[in-house]
Amino acid sequence: MTETSTWATKKGLAQMLKGGVIMDVVTPEHAKIAEDAGAVAVMALERVPSDIRAAGGVARMSDPAMIEEIMAAVSIPVMAKARIGHFVEAQILEALGVDYIDESEVLTPADERNHIDKHAFKVPFVCGCRNLGEALRRINEGAAMMRTKGEAGTGNVVEAVHQLRDVLADIRRLQGMREDELFVAAKELQAPYELVRQVAQDGKLPVVNFVAGGISTPADAALVMQLGAEGVFVGSGIFKSEDPARMANAIVQATTHYQDAKILAEVSKGLGAPMRGIALETIPEQERLAVRGW
Amino acid sequence: MTMRIGVLALQGAFAEHVASLRAVGAEPVEVRLPSHLDDIDGLVIPGGESTTMRKLIDRWGLRQPILELAGRGAPVFGTCAGMIVLAREIAGGEEPVLPLLDVTVERNAFGRQLDSFETELDVPLLGDTPVHAVFIRAPIIDRVGPDVDVMASLPDGRIVAVRERNVIATAFHPELAREHRFHRLVATMAAEHADPGEGVGRRPYPTRRSQQGR
Repeated sequence: MTETSTWATKKGLAQMLKGGVIMDVVTPEHAKIAEDAGAVAVMALERVPSDIRAAGGVARMSDPAMIEEIMAAVSIPVMAKARIGHFVEAQILEALGVDYIDESEVLTPADERNHIDKHAFKVPFVCGCRNLGEALRRINEGAAMMRTKGEAGTGNVVEAVHQLRDVLADIRRLQGMREDELFVAAKELQAPYELVRQVAQDGKLPVVNFVAGGISTPADAALVMQLGAEGVFVGSGIFKSEDPARMANAIVQATTHYQDAKILAEVSKGLGAPMRGIALETIPEQERLAVRGW
Repeated sequence: MTMRIGVLALQGAFAEHVASLRAVGAEPVEVRLPSHLDDIDGLVIPGGESTTMRKLIDRWGLRQPILELAGRGAPVFGTCAGMIVLAREIAGGEEPVLPLLDVTVERNAFGRQLDSFETELDVPLLGDTPVHAVFIRAPIIDRVGPDVDVMASLPDGRIVAVRERNVIATAFHPELAREHRFHRLVATMAAEHADPGEGVGRRPYPTRRSQQGR
């Protein structure tokens, strides 16, 4: 029997992206640069997160015409963002035939209580998380890939590191528990017991876990890979740097050779200025994107 | 004797192949640089993005040493993007990467992610139990050369698994479905390659010639 859009194919596409870099692009020209630099996928959007942050106002799904142009420009998978809880934006993106939908905190949430029921879609979803409980809630809703959120558009890796360490530390904590302690752990994580038990057994999330939000140099990418990320999203970090093509290429190399400091040194040479970063302390609480999602 | 089998670990689902090789008793070796190819008896090229792999293979000088490894007769097994990487011809005119298989492949032949699917597939070489095949943005084979054996086709006749002497490729992902028979075959071929012997008391792996003789 032949079945399309199964859980194995949804989760499987993310498995094929592992060890790779997914790049935010705003034009077909950007998309070509990303593909030529070795990106495993592109995220099509109208503005990179740092510009969304600067512009303020309500950030929504991108123009479908622009997403289609990007889909036509490259042969690698194309992802696009829908607002948290905005299942009609997701329906539209599915109708366009995008390869993955990011239910993203970078856009302004459309629902302050509910996320999208992602099982209801044939297209797979990636979602952001800050901790293990949030990750397992999203997976329970049908997310086939996770990414820690970091703090998008800041060029500052500190939140990405913090969140990845939190997720992985919580997984290690579950692994050390007795069976009868997992019930309370599930309650505390506000996550389904079955998923908690699975994580305790496997020592990893049931889906691929990337890192996003603040990666802006090859060293940043290698740092999160050494900590245990399975791949990286780079948003503003590439096209807000001085020489995007070189930076993109260097981050791709660093994500493959993350354990080899000699190669990291080699690919980090002469890249020009990375994007200008923002210290987290200077961002008021209400302007932080990572806290969106529940 | 444990076979050391490399898994090209530049990008993609290499960890899954490492697990499959371990499950059949081989010793997997992650390959990112030419020096990692020393002392291995076979190589797996995983699924992932072929455009990314192409770039990294060239950047780190892996093309020539892999071609030499295959030229010495060591088994090479590619899945999905790995099949594209091994094709002598890529429809649409992209340059081949490691032209070891006399086939023409078409990338993303079934469409986009929404067209990814799972199915049961007969692979006579692997026995009567069908293979559970997961196809993800998969390629297909449009043309096979005279020395290429077709290992499996879809009911509509489209070719999805091939073998040419020591090189095997599938459009689908055995490594995602706990399907270990391909990896066992590769390990057996690696053992044959490492210690050819005279074939006495040895069950030779089937070849094109023996199939023709049936």
